[in-house]
Amino acid sequence: MSPMRPLFVFVLTFGLIFGGSPEKLFAEESIPTLFDPKVTTLDNGLQVVVLEDHRAPVVTHMVWYKAGAADEKPLKSGIAHFLEHLMFKGTKTLQLGEFSEVVAENGGQENAFTSQDYTAYFQNVSVDKLPLFMEMEADRMANLVLTDEVVAPELKVVLEERSQRTDNDPAALFGEQFEAAQFLAHPYGAPVIGWRHEIESLTTQDALDWYNTYYAPNNAILIVAGDVEADEVFALAEKYYGPIASKKIPVRERVQEPPQLAKRVLEMSDKRVRQPSWRQSYLAPSARGEDQVNVRALEVLSQILGSGVTSRIYDGLVVDKKIATSAGAYYRSGSYDKSTFVLYGSPTPDHNLDDVETAIHAIIEDVIENGVTDKELTRAKKKLLADAIYARDSIRGAANILGSSLASGETIDQIVNWPRNIAKVTAEDVQNAAKAVFDERQSVVGRLLPEQVKS
Amino acid sequence: MLIAYRSIAAGLAVIFFLLISLPAKAVEVKEVTSPGGIKAWLVEEPSIPIVSMNVAWRGGASLDPADKAGLAYLASSTMDEGAGDLDSKAFQERLSDLAIKLSFDASKDSFSGSLKTLSENTEEAFRLFGLAITDPRFDEEPVERIRGQILASLNRKLSDPNSLAGRAWFELAFEDHPYAQPSEGTIETMTAVTRDDLAKFARTRLGKNNMLIGVVGDISAEELGLLLDKTFGALPEKAENSIVPQTVPLSEAAVKIIPQDIPQSVVVFGGQGVKREDPDYYAAYVLNYILGGGSFQSRLTEEIREKRGLVYSVYSYLYPMKAAGLQMGGFGTSNASVREALDLVEAELGRVRADGVTTEELAAAKTYLNGSFPLSLSSNDRIADILVAMQFSNLPIDYLNDRSDLINAVSEDDIRRVAQKLLDPDKLIVVVAGKPENLEAKGKGVEKN
Repeated sequence: MSPMRPLFVFVLTFGLIFGGSPEKLFAEESIPTLFDPKVTTLDNGLQVVVLEDHRAPVVTHMVWYKAGAADEKPLKSGIAHFLEHLMFKGTKTLQLGEFSEVVAENGGQENAFTSQDYTAYFQNVSVDKLPLFMEMEADRMANLVLTDEVVAPELKVVLEERSQRTDNDPAALFGEQFEAAQFLAHPYGAPVIGWRHEIESLTTQDALDWYNTYYAPNNAILIVAGDVEADEVFALAEKYYGPIASKKIPVRERVQEPPQLAKRVLEMSDKRVRQPSWRQSYLAPSARGEDQVNVRALEVLSQILGSGVTSRIYDGLVVDKKIATSAGAYYRSGSYDKSTFVLYGSPTPDHNLDDVETAIHAIIEDVIENGVTDKELTRAKKKLLADAIYARDSIRGAANILGSSLASGETIDQIVNWPRNIAKVTAEDVQNAAKAVFDERQSVVGRLLPEQVKS
Repeated sequence: MLIAYRSIAAGLAVIFFLLISLPAKAVEVKEVTSPGGIKAWLVEEPSIPIVSMNVAWRGGASLDPADKAGLAYLASSTMDEGAGDLDSKAFQERLSDLAIKLSFDASKDSFSGSLKTLSENTEEAFRLFGLAITDPRFDEEPVERIRGQILASLNRKLSDPNSLAGRAWFELAFEDHPYAQPSEGTIETMTAVTRDDLAKFARTRLGKNNMLIGVVGDISAEELGLLLDKTFGALPEKAENSIVPQTVPLSEAAVKIIPQDIPQSVVVFGGQGVKREDPDYYAAYVLNYILGGGSFQSRLTEEIREKRGLVYSVYSYLYPMKAAGLQMGGFGTSNASVREALDLVEAELGRVRADGVTTEELAAAKTYLNGSFPLSLSSNDRIADILVAMQFSNLPIDYLNDRSDLINAVSEDDIRRVAQKLLDPDKLIVVVAGKPENLEAKGKGVEKN
């Protein structure tokens, strides 16, 4: 029987929250790092990252390749994602379907996903199976076998996936058009799943070319999170992944955007759209190699402006003025090249898209002019720091955060010190970040409307 | 209670033993009874400074009056919008200032709440949760604002093929039973709910007698005991009603087509299944895994996706509701292939009923279902869900210990017997949203003029 938490602890805690000064609350030494990963790199270039978490006897085993849709060649959109599907087909020693069969027979759950900047494969398994899955994942890093017979039906599967995700949904179709307008030259303008007409003509050879170019230990990150000890994982990684030869990987240089000098406005009407919606996105820096203070300030800014019901945009448009049924903002710092800061809203029946735009712009102008309050800053930082603690509850979530950040070019240092860097953000940083990012000329406005409605 | 995970070392290299932390891991579920007699299931997990709580009340949206369908859902969406002395803004700011996550939800059979907090704020988080359920304000401003959001969402769903097909399926399968009505209601019924209805809901539907609590995290049994009384003590002893009348789904074949101008038809199929309390539940669970429950390893996936590339995803699942047992499934396929894919589903259903499953399939299913179960215990949130689900299904507190034996006991005979209780291809209820070719409405799915 452990004793009740003494009352004074509660009172102190309470006091800290309501009475403490922001400086004290966010003192660096009191803030834990995001995670405590152990890292090594094998001789063949494979980066190995281990997160120890002994709550349950399970492990997440992931391999992240630093190759995503934005690394595709022109006319081959969708090949990164298509190859992801084909990686389950078989190797020199595993028959068609055998990989997944073995995973299931061993009580494992598996899947894979592709983004603009990476392709990742994972298994969640009981910890005693880790060596088996390392052996299999290492095998398909080097020994994939593809034939037209297995590739053909999978191409149909991918086309159905595109129908399900995108073609059946006008909002998803509009999203694709919107990204294409945001990125005129940069490959982020093409959807990860690919344009339908380009997917249709992808071949077995295209898939093999992609695989042979990018699938190699020196272009990959191995993440193992769960009930393991780092040294043992390093030894296992050496045993299974160590023998795979490295390759010469093409330099990761995508076509960059020409300077955006003109705001772009897109409007789409569709009979399946039943609620109009508005959004505006601004080109924004990503965490890789950029000014960290500015990037973290943008994260705090997006929290203050548009995350949750106490945010300025929700409070202003949805609660106070009843202009919108939903409204907010978001910013994702983790992309290899430029990212975007997005504002959005959907009007109430008595208002239209222009009202939403006007009201959100008024809030933005106010932040640029007058900055944010200490109360807002404190609340936003506390929320983000709490998120960092909540993130430790999910082993898989933690592995995902590490993998996606590393594959997008961030360093371990940046990742683990994220809470401390968030804590350092000042009101002035936030205001400066707002001034820099909200450049109307470097933005795209999207208006999605029901058919035959003028707004 | 202790759950010991067996480490299966056969055929694996010596190095594995280094990876296994000994002694074997355990999840210990305790029943905590507060001084005031309120019970909760608790798993203490002090390694991360957070506390998660899930609470469910039996009943749910199926108890909503038909002309006010959506009542429980609107209550769930507004219960965190002001309580006690705190109006909506003040309440939300308090949550926000302390980074407390609090939300409610309504499903067909239950009304539920979930709470997540840093353990330094546990007492205040529980206080706010308690205020929300015992003294919600339902002020006009937040109720109308949230209702507006729900109405916008309901309006959006009128052109969402997944929602259209799902809603139509339950209307077809349950006709006059409350399971036919969508938990979120319709635009008409959602509009009809009044603030008085919400207040009455809170007073009468959340009782101590129909309440189930699961807590996981950095909190001791003693702390929890005292908090239970403070948080839930003011609830009425008994809810007015928490029982949904028993029913069965439609038992004749029906096909309904909802015309939608989209390239891919969305198909929902289903029919009879078993309830959670059915002694054949475990056999049904194993059989469903083999038919369409596994992600890549299932008969439906093999035939329809892997061999023919007709779908991105095809699946089946057991839906054991309190008042009816269902087995359901779904897929999306191009309008031209709906007939072919449906024929394949029916053929696989027929094959299972006629021939059962192979010895190898049964063995592989058991290995997967038992081997993968610990994966669901890998976060506090998930464990809190499971604690409530176990109580909801009247399972014993040491169920996690017995689960693998129950699954291992399923025999080929059990599978053959339970196959007759599950989906019958001749009685399949099918709803398609899209422009399916070569497919006609059938039975009760034919539109009446």
